[in-house]
Amino acid sequence: MATAVVSSTLSVPNRDSVASEPPVPPREVVARDKPNDSGGSILVSWERSADDGGGRESVTEYRIFRSTPGGTFESIGSARKGVEEFADVQTIDGTEYLYVVRAFDGVSLSPPSTSEVVVSSAQWFHTGRTNILVGGVVLSFFVLWFIRKAKRGEELYIRPIAGLEAVDEAVGRATEMGRPIMYIPGIMDMDNIQTIASMVILGRVARKAAEYETPLLVPTSRSIVMSAAQETVKEAYLDAGRPDAYDSDKIMYLTDDQFGYAAGVDGLMLREKPATIFYMGCFYAESLILAETGHSTGAIQIAGTAMPSQLPFFVTACDYTLIGEELFAASAYLSKEPLLLGSLKGQDWGKAIFIALLVGGIVLVSLGFTRIIEWLATG
Amino acid sequence: MSETVGIWIAALLTLGIFSFLYKDNPLYKFCEHLFVGISLGYYIAYYYHNGVIPKLYFPLVRQHNYFYIIPAFLGFLYFSRFVRKYAYLSRWPMAFVLGAGSGLSVPAIIQARIIRQMQGTMIDTITFSSIVMVVGVLATLSYFFFSREHKGFLKIASGMGIVYIMVGFGATFGYTVMARVSLLIGRAQFLLKDWLGIID
Repeated sequence: MATAVVSSTLSVPNRDSVASEPPVPPREVVARDKPNDSGGSILVSWERSADDGGGRESVTEYRIFRSTPGGTFESIGSARKGVEEFADVQTIDGTEYLYVVRAFDGVSLSPPSTSEVVVSSAQWFHTGRTNILVGGVVLSFFVLWFIRKAKRGEELYIRPIAGLEAVDEAVGRATEMGRPIMYIPGIMDMDNIQTIASMVILGRVARKAAEYETPLLVPTSRSIVMSAAQETVKEAYLDAGRPDAYDSDKIMYLTDDQFGYAAGVDGLMLREKPATIFYMGCFYAESLILAETGHSTGAIQIAGTAMPSQLPFFVTACDYTLIGEELFAASAYLSKEPLLLGSLKGQDWGKAIFIALLVGGIVLVSLGFTRIIEWLATG
Repeated sequence: MSETVGIWIAALLTLGIFSFLYKDNPLYKFCEHLFVGISLGYYIAYYYHNGVIPKLYFPLVRQHNYFYIIPAFLGFLYFSRFVRKYAYLSRWPMAFVLGAGSGLSVPAIIQARIIRQMQGTMIDTITFSSIVMVVGVLATLSYFFFSREHKGFLKIASGMGIVYIMVGFGATFGYTVMARVSLLIGRAQFLLKDWLGIID
C-alpha cells in the first residue's frame, strides 16, 4: 500500500519549537468514500484527542491535510474541537488520497495521524432512499394495473369536480359576450409537474374555443412554456377541424420576471377584457395580483394550483378553484383517456394504502415500536 | 447626484404602478412596458452569463467535455421553430424537458409530501392537538379520493376534510396578507422617507 512521509512534508506552520507541549494527536483516523452521493467527496473521521474534552483541555480545533500517495500534504480545512468528522467535497473520483488530522491548541500542532488510502466514487443507488423505492414501486404497480383495466374497456368512475364542470360554461359565456378567453399557465417552466398538467387542460379549453370560434389568449412567462402551449393549442384547433383559426401570436411570451409578468398580464386583462380567465399551474406571489385584476374586469375565473400558499387567494377571488390534486385529476376528468383514468384510480389506491399505513403506524408508534419512524426518516 | 436621480426615477415609477389602482392609464402603460422590457432584457443577459457560458461554453470549449454536445444539440433544435418545414424538431427538446421534469419530480414528491407527511403524523404521544392533526390528515386525504362517489362515510369524512382545508386557507391568507402589508409599508416608507423626506 502506498504511504507518504507526513511529518517532514507538511506544508503548514508547525511551531513545535514553542515551549508549550503539543496536544495529544487524534486517534483512529479513517477516510472513506461518502456513501450515497454523486461522487467527489470523502468523509474523514477520527477519535478526539485526549486533550479534547479531557486531559489538558487544550485543543481548539483539528486541522485536516490531504495528499496523493508520495505527494505533499496541503491543508484543506479545519473542524472545531469536539467534532469527529470532516467532509472533503473537492475530490476527483478515481484519484487516491491520504488524509492527516492534527489537533491544534492555538500554538502548536499535534503529531500527525494518517488515514489509509481512499478513493471517491459515485453510487448508482441511494440505499437511504429504499423507502421511496418501495413507495414508488407500490404506486407504480397500482397505476399500471388500473391503466391495463381501463384499456380493456372497464368503466372507471371519477367524481364530479365543480371547477371542471364549469369549463364549458365559461367558454360558452365568452362566446356569447364576443370577448376572448385568457389562459394563464402559471410562472414555472415545463419541468414543473403543475405546468405539465396545465397544458392538458389548455388542450381541452383550446378545443372548445376552436369549436365556438372564440379567441384564446395565452400569455406565458417562460419561452419553453410558450412553445409547448403553441403546440397544444395548434393540435386542439386541428382536432376541432379549425386549423385556419389558429393564431400563434395569441400565445405570447412576456418575460421571465415574476412581477414583470404580472404587470404585463394585468395590462392585457384591462385592454383585451377577456370574459373568462383560467389560472392553471404553479403560481407564487403574483396570484392575488392577477386574480384581483381579473375579478375587477368582471370575468368569470377558474383557477387551479397545487401551491398551498396561493390557493386561499384563488378561493377568494375566483368563481371556481381546483384545489391541489384536483388540478392533476382534471387531465383525466376532461380527457377520459384510459391512461390518465387508470393513473388516477391507481393513485387513489396509493392514498388508501397511505391511510392504512398511517393508522397502523400510529398504533405501532403509540405502543413503542418506533422502527417505522426511523425507516421513514432515512434518506 | 446620481443617487437623487435614481430615487426620483424609482419614486415616479412606483407612483406610475400605483396609478393602476385608479384605472388603466398612459403612465401605468409606460411603466408596465418599461418593466416587461427591462426584465426581459435582464433575463436574456442573466441566462447567457449564468447558463450558456458556465454550463455549456466552459465545459465544452475549455474543458473539452464533449458530452455537452448532446444538450447543446437539443437546445439548438429549438431554433427549428423558425423554419416551418423543420418546426417539428423543436418537440424533441420539449419532450426531453417534460420527461426529465416528470421523472425527477416523482421521487422528490414521494419523499417530501408522502414519506415526510407520514413521519410527521405518526405521533407517539396522544394529546388533543395530535388527535386534531391526525383526524385532519385523514379527513383531508379522503376529500382527494376521486374514483369513488362521496356518499356515506366518505361524504362525512371529505366534508370534514374540506373544513380543515378552509381553516388552513384562512390562516395562510391572514399570514400572507400581513406579509404583503409589510411590503406596502416598505414602499410607503421609501416614498415618504427617501424621496420626500417627510419622515425620519
